[in-house]
Amino acid sequence: MSFKPFKNFLFGFAFSPSLKANVYEVTRLASYFNANLIFVHVGEKTKEKELSFKNLLNKSPLKPKNIKTHWTEGDPVKTLIKTCLDFNIDLLLLGALKREKLVTFYLGSIARKLTRRAPCSVLLMLNPSVERHPCKHIVVNGFDSPQTKDTVEASFYFGNTIGAEKITLVEEIDESRVNVSVNDDKSLREATVKKEKINREEKMRVSDLVKKIPLAQKHSLKWDTQSIFGRRGYSIGHYARIVRADLLIMNAQEESTYINRFFPKDLEHILAELPTDVLIIQS
Amino acid sequence: MSKKSDTVSFFKELPQNIFSGFVVSLIALPLGLGLAVASEAPPISGIIAAVAGGLVVSVLGGSNVTIAGPGNGLVIVLLGAITTLGGGDLYQGYLYTLAAIIFSGILLFFFGLLRMGSMSEFFPATALQGMLAAIGIGILAKQFHLMIGIQSVKGGTIEQLIAFPESIANFLSSYPFAGVLGLFSLVFLFLYSSIRNPYFHLIPAPMWVVVASIGIGYYYSLVLNQGSPFSKDLLIEIPNNLISNFPRPQFEKSFDLKFIGVVFSITLIAVIESLLSIKAVDKLDPRKRRSNVNKDLRALGLASIVSGFLGGLNVVTVIARSSVNANNGGTNRSANFFHSAFLVLFVLLLGKQIQMIPLTSLAAILVFTGYKLASPDNLIRIYKIGPEQGLIFIVTLFSTLLTNLISGIAVGILFTFLTHLFLIKKIKIFTINLFKPNVLMYLEEQTGNYYVSVKNFCSFLNFYRLKKKLDQIPESEHAIVDFSLCDFVDHTVMEGLNDYRRSFTRKQGIFETIGLDIHASETDHPFSVRKSIPISALVGLRNSLTNRQKELKSLGEQLNWNYDSEIDNNPKGLGRFLFFESKVVNYAINKLKNKKSSFRVFDLSYSEGVFITKEDLKASFLLFKSPITLPVFVLDKEDLRTTLYNLAGFDDVNFEKHPDFSKRFHLSGNDNKAIREIFTPKLIYFFESHPVFHIESNGSHLMIKGKDRLSSIQEIKLMLSFAEDLALILKNKTPLS
Repeated sequence: MSFKPFKNFLFGFAFSPSLKANVYEVTRLASYFNANLIFVHVGEKTKEKELSFKNLLNKSPLKPKNIKTHWTEGDPVKTLIKTCLDFNIDLLLLGALKREKLVTFYLGSIARKLTRRAPCSVLLMLNPSVERHPCKHIVVNGFDSPQTKDTVEASFYFGNTIGAEKITLVEEIDESRVNVSVNDDKSLREATVKKEKINREEKMRVSDLVKKIPLAQKHSLKWDTQSIFGRRGYSIGHYARIVRADLLIMNAQEESTYINRFFPKDLEHILAELPTDVLIIQS
Repeated sequence: MSKKSDTVSFFKELPQNIFSGFVVSLIALPLGLGLAVASEAPPISGIIAAVAGGLVVSVLGGSNVTIAGPGNGLVIVLLGAITTLGGGDLYQGYLYTLAAIIFSGILLFFFGLLRMGSMSEFFPATALQGMLAAIGIGILAKQFHLMIGIQSVKGGTIEQLIAFPESIANFLSSYPFAGVLGLFSLVFLFLYSSIRNPYFHLIPAPMWVVVASIGIGYYYSLVLNQGSPFSKDLLIEIPNNLISNFPRPQFEKSFDLKFIGVVFSITLIAVIESLLSIKAVDKLDPRKRRSNVNKDLRALGLASIVSGFLGGLNVVTVIARSSVNANNGGTNRSANFFHSAFLVLFVLLLGKQIQMIPLTSLAAILVFTGYKLASPDNLIRIYKIGPEQGLIFIVTLFSTLLTNLISGIAVGILFTFLTHLFLIKKIKIFTINLFKPNVLMYLEEQTGNYYVSVKNFCSFLNFYRLKKKLDQIPESEHAIVDFSLCDFVDHTVMEGLNDYRRSFTRKQGIFETIGLDIHASETDHPFSVRKSIPISALVGLRNSLTNRQKELKSLGEQLNWNYDSEIDNNPKGLGRFLFFESKVVNYAINKLKNKKSSFRVFDLSYSEGVFITKEDLKASFLLFKSPITLPVFVLDKEDLRTTLYNLAGFDDVNFEKHPDFSKRFHLSGNDNKAIREIFTPKLIYFFESHPVFHIESNGSHLMIKGKDRLSSIQEIKLMLSFAEDLALILKNKTPLS
C-alpha cells in the first residue's frame, strides 16, 4: 500500500491543564492539512464539561472546516482504536507527558498502547502550545526497509504542508554490517574503508528514494542525509535530540516480517525517552 | 606499507632491536630473579617466565614494543598461593602453583579469544590504584626484612609491617654486611635518577646493584683471598643443569576450591597488569601504533602455559621493562625476543656469577619497586583530583591489605559506586539508564569530523560503550565528544578521555571534549568528577611567583615578550619532534612568547620510562618557526651514547671536509642528501663556534633544548641569542665559497 494524504484527524482528549494548548495545536495542524478533525472523549459526559470544551474550541483562532466531537465511554484504548477504524482516520494525535523534574518526556500507558496498536499514523506531541512554534527541522528515518519509501514520501508531504525548512534523512546502519572488529591500526583502516563504502551505498539508496518524490513537494525544502553506525532505533532518537529537531518521523513497527523478529524494538528506545515530537507513519 | 618493505625495514632495524633487547635484559635479569625470590619460588622461575614470554609473545603477540615477563602485581598472589597450597612445604606449594599458572594461562588465552580485552574498563581507575598500592605495600613489607638480612619474619603483610622496628633494631646482629649492602643498594636506587650522567644511565639501576654486589664478592675472593662475605643462606641458588631439572607441575589439587580461587586471582591480576601496561606502552611507541590487545592476551596466555610447564612464573606485559625498550630504540617485537635470548645467554654463561648475587640486593630492588607502587605521591596526586577519590583509594588499599586482592578490588568497586550515588544523590539516573545505550557517534557529513554525544551518565560502569565508539575513530582525525546531555561524568572517564586526547595529539589528530562547562567539579583538577548539579566550588589558592619566575617576567618586559606563568597541561606543537616520541609530556610552564615572531621559550616537565624506571625531567626549551623549509634532523653532541647508537644502526651524517664537526656532533635524519645541502660550511662553522645544544627540526619548526635541567635566566638569554643568530644564518643561506 502506498502512502496517501492525511484527510481525517483524531484527537482523544482528557480534561487536563494542557487541554487548551492541545486543542489549539490540533486545530491549527488540521487546518494546515484541510483535514476533518474528530475530537473523542472517553469518559462521562456532563453539561459542564461539554460547555467548557465548546468554549475552548470556539476561541481557537485557526480551525479546519469540519470538526466533530464524540463523547463515549469504555476502555480508552479499545474505544479509540475502534473509532479510528470506523471513521477511516489517517492520523491519530496524542499528547505526551513531561517527567517530573527531569527534562525527558514519556508516554502514559494509554498513549503507549495506542501507539503500538493504532491502525493509522500517530503523532506524539511533546510541547503543544497556544502560540505557534514553527517546525523547522525534521529528522526522518531512512533505514533499509520496504516501509521507508512511504515514510520518506510522507515526510516531504508533511514538511511541505507545515512549512518546514529542512529534512535530514538518517540511515541507521547496524554495526554488524561492517563485520570488521577494530583491534589495531590495520583493522581500523579496514573498518574505516568498509564504512565509507557502506556509507556511499546507503546515501545512494536514500537519494534514490528522494528522487522519486514530485518536485512540487521538495523544492521549498532543503534536504540532506546522515548515516550513523549504531544501534537501530536508538541512534536516531539521540541524533534528533542533538540537532534539536522539531519532529522525528519514523516507520511504524513492521508486523511479523522476518526483519521484525530480528529487531523487535526499533521504536521502543524512542518511546521510552521521547527526544522531540514523533510522527509514526503507518503505510 | 607493503609486505616487502615491512620485511626490509625489519632487517634494517634488527641491530637496534638487538641493542634494545640487550639493555632490557640487563634489567630483566635482576627483576626476574628478585620477583621469583619474593614469591618464594626458585629464583630461576622468574627467568624462565621472562624467556617464555619473550619467545612466545614476540612471535604471536599483537603489540609492538612491549616486553613480557614475570610481573610485580603477581608477587603477592603467587606468594599466597605457594604458601597456602603447599600447606607449609614451599616447594610442594610451588609445584601446585605451577598447575594454577597453566590453568590461568588457558583462561587468559580464552579471554583474548572472546575479545574480553575491554574487561579492564570495568574497574574504577582509583580503586585500581588503591589495589596496586596494596600490592606495593605487600612487597615492601616482606622484602624489607630480607633486605637487611633477616629471614625469620613470617606472617601476613600487617604482621610484617609491625615487625619493622624489631628488624631494624636487630639487623646488625644477624648479617650486618649483607644487610648494610641491602640498605646501600636501596639508597642507590633512590638516588639513581638524580645522577644525570648519560654514560652511567646506559646500565639500568637494578643491574648496577647486581654488578656491584657481584664485584664485592669477587673483591673478597680474588683480592682478599677470603670466602664470600655473604652467608650461603643469603645467596641465590640456580640449578646447575637447567635442561634435566625442569620441575613437574602437580595437578592433584585442580578441583580444590582454594586452587580455583588462586587460578582466578592470578588471571585477574595478570589481565589487569597486562592491559594497563599495554595501554601505557602504546603511548611510548615511537611509531605510534595501536596494539592488538586481544591478540596479546592470547599470546600471554600461551606463554604462561609454556612457562608453567617449564617451571616458570606466569607471564604478563611489564611496564618498566617495556619503557626501557621504547627508550632504547626498540621498534618491534624482535626486541622482546632478543631480551629473552640474552637472558638465556646470561644464565648459561654467567651461572656462577649469578649465584654470587646476595638476596639482600635483590630485596632492595623489590623494596624500591614496592615503594614505587605504594608511593605516597600517588595518594597525594589522587587526593588532588578530589577528596572522594582519596577516600576510595584508602578504602580499597585497606580492604585489600586486610582481606585479599579479589575482595579488595570488589570493595573498591562497590565503594566507588556508593561515592557516585552520594555525589549525585539520585539513584534513578544509574538504575534507569545502566543497560540502555547512551552513546551516539557519527561522521558529520558537512565537516568530516567525528561527533560523539554521551547521554545520561558516564562512569566506569558504562565507559566501555563510549570506548567502543572512540576506538573506531582513526587518531589522525578530528573527534568531538559532547557531554551536554550527560548529567554525571566520573574520574575514570575523565582520565580515559585524557588518554585519548594524548593518542590523538600524537597522531596529529584533534580530540575535543565539550559540554562540560555546565558541570560542577569539586577541584580544579582536569580529571575531577563532573556532575551537572552545581556544588559550591572550592577556591584554589593562587601561588605567588618564585624568584626565577619574577626574573623571567622582567626579561619578558625587557624584550617586550608575553610572559605566562600558568601551567599548560596540553602544550601544542611538540608531538612532531622525534625527541618526544617515546616520552610523555606532562605540562609546560613559564612561557615566554615573542609578540611578533614565532619564538617561544618555555619550561617543560616530561617523563622518560614508566614505573620503577620512570624519571621525571624538567628542562627549558626554545621553539621557533624556521625561515626556510628544512629536512627533519636531530643534532646533538657526539658522545659514548651516540657512538653506541651508531653501532646499533642509527645513522650519523659525517662531513669529510669538517672532521672536527663530525667528531663533535651527532647528526641524523631521514633524508641525508637534503641534510648535507642545508649544512653549509657557514652553518657548520656556526655550530662549531657556539655552545652545543640539542637541536631538532621537524621540517617547519626548530627546537632547541638546553641542559637536562631548567636553564637559568643567563642560559635562556644565551639560548635566545643563539637561536636568533641561527635563524639569521638560515634566512641568508648562501653557499660560502
